[in-house]
Parts: sequence; C-alpha cells; structure tokens
Amino acid sequence: MERTEAELIAAVLQGDAASFEPLVQRYSPRVFATARRYARRECEIEDIAQEVWLKAFEKLKSFRGEAPFEHWLMRLTVRTCYDFLRGHQRNRESPFSDLSEPENDWLERFVAQPETASENAEAAKVLVARILERLSPPARLVITLLEIEDRSVKEIAQLTGWSVPLVKVRAFRARAEMRKVLAKMAKDKYL
Amino acid sequence: MDNWLLLQSKLIAAARANPPSDGVPYAFEKRVMALLAARSATEPLGQWVRGLWQAAVSCMVVALLLGTWAFFNPATSTKADDLSQNFENTLLASVDQSDQGQ
Repeated sequence: MERTEAELIAAVLQGDAASFEPLVQRYSPRVFATARRYARRECEIEDIAQEVWLKAFEKLKSFRGEAPFEHWLMRLTVRTCYDFLRGHQRNRESPFSDLSEPENDWLERFVAQPETASENAEAAKVLVARILERLSPPARLVITLLEIEDRSVKEIAQLTGWSVPLVKVRAFRARAEMRKVLAKMAKDKYL
Repeated sequence: MDNWLLLQSKLIAAARANPPSDGVPYAFEKRVMALLAARSATEPLGQWVRGLWQAAVSCMVVALLLGTWAFFNPATSTKADDLSQNFENTLLASVDQSDQGQ
C-alpha cells in the first residue's frame, strides 16, 4: 500500500532517510517544470532541482504540515530559482542583432500583420525566452509568476517571501523594464 | 507604442501557450538519495564543528554579559575586604589552630 505524504515526512523526520525517495519521485516533475522557466541548459536545470531537494531534506524539520507539502516545496523551488538568477546575471547581455532566421521571420510577420503572427510558433517561444533573459532577476521572477503563470500578488508574496507592497513595486518596475527591452528590440528591428 | 503592447501580449501569450516540460532525467531520485547519503557520511565532523562554533558563541555571550554586569555593578571595597578576610581566615584556620595548640 502506498504511504501518504504525511507518513513519509514523519518517517524521514524520525531518521528513515529512504522515505524521502518517494517524495523526490512524486514532486520532481513540478520542480523541473519550475526550474525550466528560469534556466535554459539542462545541466543548470538539474543543478537547481538537486539543490531544491537537498535544501528540502535539510529544512524538512521546519515543515509544519499546516499547508500541503507541495506548496512548501514550491516556495523552496522559487527561492532557489531566484538565487540561481542572481548568480547568473552576467548572461543577460546577448544582443538582439543575433536573432535566428525563424525569430527574424516571426518579427517581420508581426510588423507586417501584427494580428496574424501566431503565438504558438516556436520562434515566438524562443523570442520570449530571449527577452526574459535580458531582465533583471527580480523583474524576470515577477513577470514569470504574474504574467506567464498568472498568479496573484498575494501568491507571489507567499512564494518569494517578499511583502505584498514590495511585489507590487517590483511588478511595476518589471513591466517598465520589459517595455524598455522591447523598445530596444523594436529599435534594433525597426518595429 | 500600440505595436509594442501588442508584441508584449503576443509574447506573453506565446510563453503561456508553451509551458515548460516537466520531464525528469532518468534515475534522478537515485542521484539525490546518493548525494544525501554522501552528505550524511561527512555529517559527524560537520556536527562537531557546528557544535564547537555554537559553544564558542554562547561562551562569548556569557562572558560579555558577565563583563557588562561587573562593569556596571563594581564590588564595594568593604565587601571585597570582607571576602578576602574570610578567605584568608578559612585558609589559615588550620595553621591558627596548630599555633594555639603549641
């Protein structure tokens, strides 16, 4: 019979480290999906996920069981991803002049007929990843959580550990920063 | 300007329409468990070091508190005399007794 999450956590806390493995198995897909929003290379994504699980094991005593384990783990994951972004700020300066052919095509199609440029195109996906990479860590985190994952300000505050007013300020700055990046791309591409 | 806003909304929609994969590398959980096992093997030394640091910090705090207390509550000279006198009497009590016996 499959043991419940609470039973597994209790067993780990009593010293049975092997009970941690089913938790890793169960929640790793969520951790990897979140990490893939902030890192591109598979080795970096794996490092983030590994770090999350090592931290989760270390800090499991602080899990009080009031909220689901998944929420607690997601907070840990988002904070680890934020630390990763802050540690990799130097990669932000890739120029827009080195866009690939499909990305250029997509932009040209958008300039010609904005309504017809499909958001399902692979080029659009790569383009948005490029733009997000150029944002500062707090701006990228806020845009991802607020605009892409469609989370509320309160949820973001819980996930990041920031206060609600701070999330609002950072969201305002993040949108301005994103407009600036888009303006830069528009200037480069004569949009 | 409108174009930028439209471009922004298109790109955000593109990101929403393409959520990242939730695939997990093969035997990832085994690797995590191996890392945890390796960590716990080196843990005793780490625990000692942490314990010693905690002890050092608490000793410093106690020393600081006692120092502060001693600084703000200096012992009066009469009390100090009494104490030293009592100490001397206690220490030399046996000598006094042997002197009296002779």
